[in-house]
Amino acid sequence: MFRLFLTLLLLLLPLASQASEGEFFLTAKPAEQARLLETWAAQPDAGRLALLENLRQGRIGEGDTRKLRLNNRLRGLIDNALASHQLLSEQSDTRLAAASQLQKSAQPAQMAFLDQRFAAETDPAVHAALALALANLQLGASEPAVRLAAVRLLGETGDPLARTRLEALLQPDGETDAAVRTAAETSLAQVQRKLLIGELLGQAFSGLSLGSILLLAALGLAITFGLLGVINMAHGEMLMLGAYSTYMVQVLLQRYAPGAIEFYPLIALPVAFAVSAGVGMALERTVIRHLYGRPLETLLATWGISLILIQAVRLLFGAQNVEVSNPAWLSGGVQLLPNLVLPYNRIVIIGFALAVVLLTWLLLNRTRLGLNVRAVTQNRNMAACCGVSTGRVDMLAFGLGSGIAGLGGVALSQVGNVGPDLGQSYIIDSFLVVVLGGVGQLAGTLWAAFGLGIANKLLEPQIGAVLGKILILALIILFIQKRPQGLFALKGRVID
Amino acid sequence: MKRRSLIKAFTLSASIAAMGLSWSIQAAETIKVGILHSLSGTMAISETSLKDMALMTIDEINAKGGVNGKMLEAVVVDPASNWPLFAEKSRQLLTQDKVAVVFGCWTSVSRKSVLPVFEELNGLLFYPVQYEGEEMSPNVFYTGAAPNQQAIPAVEYVMSEDGGSAKRFFLLGTDYVYPRTTNKILRAFLHSKGVADKDIEEVYTPFGHADYQTIVANIKKFSAGGKTAVISTVNGDSNVPFYKELANQGLKATDVPVVAFSVGEEELRGIDTKPLVGHLAAWNYFESVDNPVNQKFVADWKAYAKAKGLPGADKAVTNDPMEATYVGIHMWAQAAQKAGSTEVDKVREALAGQTFKAPSGYTLTMDKTNHHLHKPVMIGEIQDDGQFSVVWETEQPLRAQPWSPFIPGNDKRPDYAVKGN
Repeated sequence: MFRLFLTLLLLLLPLASQASEGEFFLTAKPAEQARLLETWAAQPDAGRLALLENLRQGRIGEGDTRKLRLNNRLRGLIDNALASHQLLSEQSDTRLAAASQLQKSAQPAQMAFLDQRFAAETDPAVHAALALALANLQLGASEPAVRLAAVRLLGETGDPLARTRLEALLQPDGETDAAVRTAAETSLAQVQRKLLIGELLGQAFSGLSLGSILLLAALGLAITFGLLGVINMAHGEMLMLGAYSTYMVQVLLQRYAPGAIEFYPLIALPVAFAVSAGVGMALERTVIRHLYGRPLETLLATWGISLILIQAVRLLFGAQNVEVSNPAWLSGGVQLLPNLVLPYNRIVIIGFALAVVLLTWLLLNRTRLGLNVRAVTQNRNMAACCGVSTGRVDMLAFGLGSGIAGLGGVALSQVGNVGPDLGQSYIIDSFLVVVLGGVGQLAGTLWAAFGLGIANKLLEPQIGAVLGKILILALIILFIQKRPQGLFALKGRVID
Repeated sequence: MKRRSLIKAFTLSASIAAMGLSWSIQAAETIKVGILHSLSGTMAISETSLKDMALMTIDEINAKGGVNGKMLEAVVVDPASNWPLFAEKSRQLLTQDKVAVVFGCWTSVSRKSVLPVFEELNGLLFYPVQYEGEEMSPNVFYTGAAPNQQAIPAVEYVMSEDGGSAKRFFLLGTDYVYPRTTNKILRAFLHSKGVADKDIEEVYTPFGHADYQTIVANIKKFSAGGKTAVISTVNGDSNVPFYKELANQGLKATDVPVVAFSVGEEELRGIDTKPLVGHLAAWNYFESVDNPVNQKFVADWKAYAKAKGLPGADKAVTNDPMEATYVGIHMWAQAAQKAGSTEVDKVREALAGQTFKAPSGYTLTMDKTNHHLHKPVMIGEIQDDGQFSVVWETEQPLRAQPWSPFIPGNDKRPDYAVKGN
């Protein structure tokens, strides 16, 4: 009995001390809390892990409703202290994450503890990460040999922080030892080279990403304007309808099938395609077909339609933007290099854009419908003579273009705002892409979209977003002056 | 036959005249007030709720018997985020509708566009949004913050130990007069605190900009050079893609806090705020402020949104410019009551020194000379539920300095409202 009581007491003891530490933290002043966290980070204790995890959630214990008031400084210190404690974990991946956190945040006071963990570490990956975390601190060591080793190690990384640290070391009043100084210079050059690679890759990626967005926005137009020759000012609104379909799917799933909410963008794809294609075909049958061959009237009529659609959406959903959230698998990003993070939503959109282009190409070049569409757009009368129902083909082609715009809308909803004016901000870009690529050419649209995206992203860091946009516009005007048919022109007598 | 039709015509015209007469009597019994907020376009995200808040406040005043025994009648127009249209619509309000006062505008460019109209026609505008200062018109009352009531305290906070001791500053804004002037003032202020030009980066984007990849990458690069804070004057719906990109590229508030001057509860409604916890906003009011006046204000607004079936009424929130609208309309009503008239010159005189117990928890005073409110400053942190928790606030309301001392030449400006500057 007595023994049982004793073991219970021993078991409860760490719990009790943890609870009191939490209570103390809750009532302490911010400066005191900061000091406490710094001490904890330097002298970790496995029993405190739970408390720190709770602190990170803004509470001192599970189920404790008292709100802890944190600020960014305290949150940073909690992350650092938590990482210190996680180094004691059994799991090597937890330790690895902790070590990389410590590379950013470790303080000199933690050095003794890190040294001890470094010596005890068996996993090679964690060992290497800890070596780096230590190297950051060892730059301030008193023996030149230790500093030299640290400087050499930092040269191996492409971490932006390593550059700052090395630069600080190379200040005139920094390092005094000549050997360390030379090593630091070599390391700095190494780090800078690695950073440059990351930067260039980052720029290329953002160019591709912008290009894929432009491509999705313009692809539908490449069919309605490019192939059918309808100056479709309501194209932007088809994008908007696609985005609003995504929103509707999200809301309905939230209400009726919360289990499937993670995959709502996938479910939204067919819905958006159907909605936009339906609206597009209805428009074609009721308005646009009466206006074939009269570009000015088509322009005015489709512009009017776009205003009607905007106002209808405004009445139904309100003038404010609606919230379309990224599901978990489209949030965050993958860290490729220390200074290069690729967001998942953008990676997925690039892939999606290419897939849509491929499907469209297959549809136009490998199916009967595609053959008919091409026949009708090349020579309407001859196609009609051969028994192609041109009216039906027009309707289907317009529906296809609108449906693809709807798909684009789903993708756009994942990166930007969803509001009644969504289409207005993409219509000009879409026309630019189609005209630049060459009217009637799918490949031209593809090249023009990626070309514009990358050119924009190359210019932006140099001259800023505002000037960049202006310059791109001016360049396009010059280009069209020189080459009115666009990048790729149809050869022969197919265009009348 | 002819006579009969003549009689008919006569009675018809007589009844029309009588109707007209009764209508004009009706009209004399109400006071028209104009509401000039964009209900469409890029600013609709921010301005629509101000229109609704103005209507609610007018209902509230009418329920208490109106002003000088007359009911208020709102005339709502939509300038559609189109700056020249603001001037046209305000001229229409002042000359055709003959409104006694106008509540409206959000962006400084819209205010600059209507200012000549109000000065020419001697109208009265209540402007409810924080702005860059450098203006003090006798025809405008500014119920939002001047730079010393928002921007400067916010930067002081991020430079303090609790705010993260920032050493480098990335000034990011939409490309128009408010961000440009604010950043000019902030640059001068940072210089006075010993921050060198190499530690300040200024970047602007067009209205409605949606691709923040490059900018976020640049912020990351810039922040490697030392503890950085982003001071954001991005306006309108561009904020949603900006914050989304921040979250997706893994830039956390503990590493690089973003302090925003134009992001409130309303703008956050369109975003999942879990990755944004810890980013900051500086205002003079937050919905989460705990006091009886605010509890009633928030409850009234939620009830109003539900009763009127506003879009997203179940998630209705209040924010700083809404509070400033509410305070402004009440102050105008009090002044008109005091003056016993809605004539602009009399109301202007009565407004000086007017006080109102505001939802921010303070009794706000309209300054005797400079047309600005004395306001408390609060710094709030974004929480995971889309609300802000106040991490710092001033002890008492501050007097506005519309002519910022950080802009050279302003020390010679008069401290009272003068036309045409």
